[in-house]
Amino acid sequence: MSLEQLIDGEPVVATAGVEILEQALVDQAVTTAAAEWRPPAAGTEDSLAKLAESDVTEGANEIAIARLLAVRPHFVDVAIARDVIPGMTDTMFLHAGPPLTWERSSGPIRGALIGALLYEGLAASPEEAEEIAAWGGITMSPCHHHQTVGPMAGIVSPSMPVAVVRDADGEGVAFATLNEGLGKVLRYGAFGPEVIERLQWMGNVLGPVLAATLRHVGPVDLQALIAQALQMGDDGHNRNRAATSLLLRVLGPGLIENESVELSGRSEVFRFIEGNDHFMLNLVMAAGKLAVDAAAGVAGSSLVTTMARNGTDFGIRLSGTGDRWFTAPAPIVDGLYLGAFTMDDANPDIGDSAITETVGLGGFAMAASPAIVGFVGGTAAGAVRRTRQMYEITVAEHPAYQIPQLEFRGTPVGIDATMVVRTGVQPQINTGIAHKDPGIGMVGAGLVEAPMECFTQAVVALAESV
Amino acid sequence: MIDRVTIQSGRYHDSVRLMQASQALRTTNGVEEALVAMGTELNLALLEDIGFDPQTFVAAGPNDLIVAVRAADEATVDSLEQVLADALAARATTGGEGDLPPTHVVEMAAAAIDANLALISVPGRYAFVEAMAALRAGLHVMVFSDNVSIEHEVLLKAEAARRDLLVMGPDCGTSIVGGVGLGFANAVQPGSVSLVGASGTGIQQLTCLLDDAGVGIRNAWGTGSRDLSEAVHASSTLRGLAALDADPGTDVIVVVSKPPAPAVAVTVREAAEACSKPVVVAFMEPGSTLEAAANAVLEKLGRPSVSFTSWPIDDTGHRPGFLRGYYSGGTLRDEARFIIEPITGPLSLTETGDGPWLVDYGDDEYTEGRAHPMIDQTVRLERLESAVDDKSVGVVLLDVVLGYGANPDPAQELAPVIRALAGAGVAVVANLCGSRSDPQGLDYQATQLNKAGAALFLSNAAAATRAAELVGGAA
Repeated sequence: MSLEQLIDGEPVVATAGVEILEQALVDQAVTTAAAEWRPPAAGTEDSLAKLAESDVTEGANEIAIARLLAVRPHFVDVAIARDVIPGMTDTMFLHAGPPLTWERSSGPIRGALIGALLYEGLAASPEEAEEIAAWGGITMSPCHHHQTVGPMAGIVSPSMPVAVVRDADGEGVAFATLNEGLGKVLRYGAFGPEVIERLQWMGNVLGPVLAATLRHVGPVDLQALIAQALQMGDDGHNRNRAATSLLLRVLGPGLIENESVELSGRSEVFRFIEGNDHFMLNLVMAAGKLAVDAAAGVAGSSLVTTMARNGTDFGIRLSGTGDRWFTAPAPIVDGLYLGAFTMDDANPDIGDSAITETVGLGGFAMAASPAIVGFVGGTAAGAVRRTRQMYEITVAEHPAYQIPQLEFRGTPVGIDATMVVRTGVQPQINTGIAHKDPGIGMVGAGLVEAPMECFTQAVVALAESV
Repeated sequence: MIDRVTIQSGRYHDSVRLMQASQALRTTNGVEEALVAMGTELNLALLEDIGFDPQTFVAAGPNDLIVAVRAADEATVDSLEQVLADALAARATTGGEGDLPPTHVVEMAAAAIDANLALISVPGRYAFVEAMAALRAGLHVMVFSDNVSIEHEVLLKAEAARRDLLVMGPDCGTSIVGGVGLGFANAVQPGSVSLVGASGTGIQQLTCLLDDAGVGIRNAWGTGSRDLSEAVHASSTLRGLAALDADPGTDVIVVVSKPPAPAVAVTVREAAEACSKPVVVAFMEPGSTLEAAANAVLEKLGRPSVSFTSWPIDDTGHRPGFLRGYYSGGTLRDEARFIIEPITGPLSLTETGDGPWLVDYGDDEYTEGRAHPMIDQTVRLERLESAVDDKSVGVVLLDVVLGYGANPDPAQELAPVIRALAGAGVAVVANLCGSRSDPQGLDYQATQLNKAGAALFLSNAAAATRAAELVGGAA
């Protein structure tokens, strides 16, 4: 559109503001669309103006999103955390979300830390484990600081097996725990004997068998699996049934043919993955972590590179503000509760799994997943509407992740924090709900919105940086 | 009397809509005072001024909607809920689940319809961000909003120049683009004359005069009240001028503006002289009138000059007294001043002193917390009413501006007070600024105002001249 075109063309007018001016255009039969404009989040108007004035911001998000989308995540190996995770020590315990202390930790984090101490053999009883943790006998550090992500409590202890996901086209590498399944599991804060036994089996059998299988079948292209799974009804966060099935299909020949591993182990692994619809979730998360780490560190960029919760705080990070976290109290999830559980049983939002929404999956791809709309008490059409709303706060459409219901439009990807504060539209996250007390586990699933306060702080800080 | 204040967080309506809602509540039986407004500092101060307890709205911020009501009893207050709901009822543009979700910022609304122009009228403090986003999305921008800083105006216009886009505004009330009126604009016939410049009512008056003379308009680009200031240095006017000079569909160009900064006036005149097409420059300074500019255009087109339509009445024999002017258009008021002062001597531009006045009720002083008088005539009507019994007033001069965006039937609101003024012996003279295709109906408005007792002139200069004649040498 140039000035010349303004003279010759017919005006097609977008409006924001006074309704009577929009009405005057309607009366003239002009093609027009009105924004339902409202003031930006309180306290951001000067920062938004400063960012709009700045040359630094121009093109910054385009650079960041291009890096995010260029990553080719391949599942290449399973290894022991202490051997591969950068900065990991024998007394370090990684957790989900922004930085946290034992004192401020919620039930699921405490329970999972207790379980991990028992699993590591650093404590003989839950009571002793609690004492060690409270006394400062362990170092707590966010997964996100170590190229790692973990769902719910996200506890990664030194001896745990972790999935290794590499960028086939680059240098990046990311890690995630292996998914334990549902029921009484560590990530929901359970630490009973069956939990510890399962973790031991995962370390002794699941990890080594998967590693050997991957050697046999070669790296698994996760992006290809996720892209297919979206067209089979997954959202990549709360529903991973299709992706898990596809993964098992890829691993299948290796599990059958690889006689270097005992048959009983291969059989157990097959049954374990087959019995856990969420097995793929952790791999989707590692793929996401690889992508957001590639997008980090672009000066002036308001692209969100992290959304993560530790059960106490919800935290985000932007590409243009380095390692700084912007936090707000983690909200309670609005959703469907299992059995007799209610909102009163729920822990505040928890887990690194919002990495999926950060890369255009989960709540951002709900339109692809009619099977899970029940979580929001809505309809399939409502899920489409919610996904469509996310396009307003994102900078791109994912070239690989497409939504059949939207004529194969790419999912909304790359949250722009300035758009969140300008529109008042908060990123929506599909998530599981943990019981607030340690040891109980999952009580439901539903939908939660990332707190506006995180984005308000982030935009103010970004404006200070330009 | 009871007071009730409620606060609704995160609910937003534009100021015009809120003023209309306030008005709807105030005119309900049993209501003494009502204010529906966003919790800006200004509005909070206003609430306190009209006696509401600050404790009841201490928690409100600019993103909160406040409804404050003072009424005879609880039942009345309760009954207002429906009145308010009706007044604030959402536009029926979005439906239930599955429909396209709403957009909240202008560039997203634009993307939905592949727009090429953004019309921004959000409160001034937010307008820069919205306008910059629109430019970066490749849109031409009209910023109707005022209260945008001059630094931001300069940045917007530099960005637009870089992208070969046009910024009309900030504080741009009127434009016609490709035959479409934006903001306050009249439904004039299409043609080959194009206007550019910094004067909203100047553009409206000039396009209406040309329309009356049978001359059509191709484009009229308002460039914002400060475009011809030192700081902005006619950025949009000069770029518009160059584009119009290159436009095969434009035969004559008019540059119209409030008085420019002297150095900028020189630059613009030079640019006008350098154009390949005839250019009429109309800076609204003493000695120049919009009527003269319209006739200059006719001359360039090789047409004879005309006398513009008027609807005179027998307005002789009015009671003795001063001239009082009640304008809604700034340029129109200034034009009237420059015509009348040489005849009658100096006029006050504010409602002060016992002498003659010529007040622009579109000025910020009178529009705080209110819509522009072209939409909401409340203040002007009040002042006109008080002139009925003010024996010092002999002649009343006003403008009635029609067109898109303006009050749907100004004559209906003005007729009673004009009748009262005429009945009291006051001569009423008005500039009726409109075109025959305007939605309010030019002839209908003229007939109603004539019947009520006002002499009407399509040309503001003619109206001002008539008013000056009536008061003679002693305003």
